[in-house]
Amino acid sequence: MEAAAEPGNLAGVRNIILVLSGKGGVGKSTISTELALALRHQGKKVGILDVDLCGPSIPRMLRAQGKAVHQCDQGWVPVFVDQEQSISLMSVGFLLENPNEAVVWRGPKKHALIKQFVSDVAWGELDYLVVDTPPGTSDEHMATVEALRPYRPLGALVVTTPQAVSVGDVRRELTFCRKTGLQVIGVVENMSGFVCPHCADCTNVFSRGGGEELAQLAGVPFLGSVPLDPQLTRSLEEGRDFIQEFPKSTAYAALTSIAQKVLHRMPALHS
Amino acid sequence: MEEAPHGCPGADSAQAGRGASCQGCPNQRLCASGAGAAPDPAVEEIKEKMKTVKHRILVLSGKGGVGKSTFSAHLAYGLAEDGDTQVALLDIDICGPSIPKIMGLEGEQYMEDNLGVMSVGFLLSSPDDAVIWRGPKKNGMIKQFLRDVDWGDVDYLIVDTPPGTSDEHLSVVQYLAAAHIDGAVILTTPQEVALQDVRKEISFCHKVKLPIIGVVENMSGFICPKCKKESQIFPPTTGGAEAMCQDLKIPLLGKVPLDPLIGKSCDKGQSFFIEAPDSPATAAYKSIIQRLPGAAFDSEYKPREGQREDCGFVADLCLPQVDGSDSSLSPHWSLQPGIMLWLGAINIPQKRP
Repeated sequence: MEAAAEPGNLAGVRNIILVLSGKGGVGKSTISTELALALRHQGKKVGILDVDLCGPSIPRMLRAQGKAVHQCDQGWVPVFVDQEQSISLMSVGFLLENPNEAVVWRGPKKHALIKQFVSDVAWGELDYLVVDTPPGTSDEHMATVEALRPYRPLGALVVTTPQAVSVGDVRRELTFCRKTGLQVIGVVENMSGFVCPHCADCTNVFSRGGGEELAQLAGVPFLGSVPLDPQLTRSLEEGRDFIQEFPKSTAYAALTSIAQKVLHRMPALHS
Repeated sequence: MEEAPHGCPGADSAQAGRGASCQGCPNQRLCASGAGAAPDPAVEEIKEKMKTVKHRILVLSGKGGVGKSTFSAHLAYGLAEDGDTQVALLDIDICGPSIPKIMGLEGEQYMEDNLGVMSVGFLLSSPDDAVIWRGPKKNGMIKQFLRDVDWGDVDYLIVDTPPGTSDEHLSVVQYLAAAHIDGAVILTTPQEVALQDVRKEISFCHKVKLPIIGVVENMSGFICPKCKKESQIFPPTTGGAEAMCQDLKIPLLGKVPLDPLIGKSCDKGQSFFIEAPDSPATAAYKSIIQRLPGAAFDSEYKPREGQREDCGFVADLCLPQVDGSDSSLSPHWSLQPGIMLWLGAINIPQKRP
C-alpha cells in the first residue's frame, strides 16, 4: 500500500477485482456474482461491493433483497448472503425504502456514497473483494478507482459480448483502465452462443469472436467465453447458487475456468 | 464550473452554498445568494431551437443492453421510410455512443435526405478514445447538442439515452422542460433483473412528470433457426413486461423476438428492416413504430394515486436497524445509525464517544 493511505476497513482485504464494461447488459453483475460463488467454492472468503447505484442487481442475484444494513464500531456491516458468512455484500439496494424507487442522483452525490462504501464498510478479512460497476466511464468509475487506488493488488476484469457494438464500447473501457493505471486481469466474453435446448444446435445470437479479438487488440489475456445458459439466467433470477446446483450446465465449465484463471493471476496471499 | 466539490448539494438545492462541503468552493457565494437556483438561460434558448421540431421522443431503460440504441435507430429508419417525414436522432450516451456504429456512420454525420444523426461518437477521433467525464461536463455536452445543433425542420426528434437515472436523464428532461417532450418509450427484456431496473426508470418518469408512451419488451423469445422451436433465453420469471405494465397501468407497445440477424445488422451498420424484411422481429418493430406517432400525441403525464408530489429527486434510504425491540438504545450501539438523504447532501450522524 502507498505510505500515505490509511488501511482502515480494507486492511484485511487481500485482492480487489473491479468488474467493468463500457457496455450495459453484457453480464457484469452476472460475472461478479458467479465469480464470487466460484471463489467461495474454492474455499475463499469473498466480499461483493455493488457500486451500480441506479441499477443495483446483486442483492436479488444472491437472494439477499430486503436485508438490512447494520452499524458497528468500524462502520456499516456488509450483508452476509449465506449462513456460513463466506460471502458479504454491500449495495445501495439495501438502503432503499422501496425497491422501485429510482436513485436519481447527479455525479457528486454518487461519488460521495461510493467513497463511503469503500471506506466505511467493515469488510473484515477477505481473500477477494469483487466490485461490480455500472456501464460507462464516468462518476462511479472515477470515484471507485480513486477510492481503491491506495490498495493493492487491484485488477480489472473486463466483460463484453461478442458483437462489434459491444466491443466498440469496451475498447473505450480498456482506455479508461490504461489512463487510470488499472491493471487488466483479462477479458471475459459473455453470451457466447446459445445451445437450443430442443435440438442442441448452437446459434451465435449476439454474433461471434469479438471478445478474443478485443483481448488481442488490447494486448490483455482472454479469460474465456461464457455461453447463454437458461439455467444460469434462472439461477440469477431466483438467487440460487448456480455453481453448486448446476455443475453439468453449459456455463459451469466456462465460469469455473475463469475463476481458476483469476485465482492464478491475482497474487493471492494464502493463509 | 466543470468540477463540483465532493458532496456538492447541487446549485439548485436549498442547501446550495450553505452545506459543509461548500466551504472553499469558488462558487459558494454565488450559490448562497440563490443565483444558482435561477433557471438556466439555455432552457429558453433550447425552447426556441425546438420550435422547428414537431415531436420529441425519449428512448429510455433503467437497464443496460436491452436494445435502446437498436430500437432508436430502427425507429428512426421506420419513421424516415416516408420520404416526407423529417427525422432526427440524437444519441446522448456520452460514454458509450453506439448509434454511429449501429447506423454505419462511423466517420460521417450524413444519412439520408430526411434522416439526420448526432452523437458524441462523431467527435471522437479514434475508436479507442474514452470519454471519461463527470456529470457536469456530460451535461454541458447535452446542452450543446440541444441548443447548438442546427436541427432544422424536423417532424420527430428521437433521443437515445444511456441506461440509468442520472445526469444525462436529468439534463435532457430539464433542458427540454420548456420545449415539452411528447413522451418516453421504455425498453426492457423479459427477465426480472431487467424489470427491477425498469420499474425505477418508470418511477423516474413519474418524478419528473415525463409522460410514458409505453413499454417495448425486447428479446422476447428465440426461434431456433434449425428446428424452429421457441426457447426463452431471458425467461419472464415474474410475468415479463406484460405483468409489469398491467400492474403499473402503462401501455405495452409490443414484444420483439430475439433474431440473431439483428445483432449482425447492427454490427454491419445496416438497417435490420433491409437485411431481414421477413423476420418476425421486423414485423414486430414495424407494428410498434406504427403505433407510436398516434400514441405520442395521446400520451400525457398522469400522476399515480397516492404518489407524493413533493419528493423531488430525493430517494429515501432505509435506516440501519438497531438491535432490541424497545425504543432505548442498546449499549452496544452508539448514536442511532442512520442515513438521511437531503436534497443533494448525505448526512451521516456522528458517533457519540
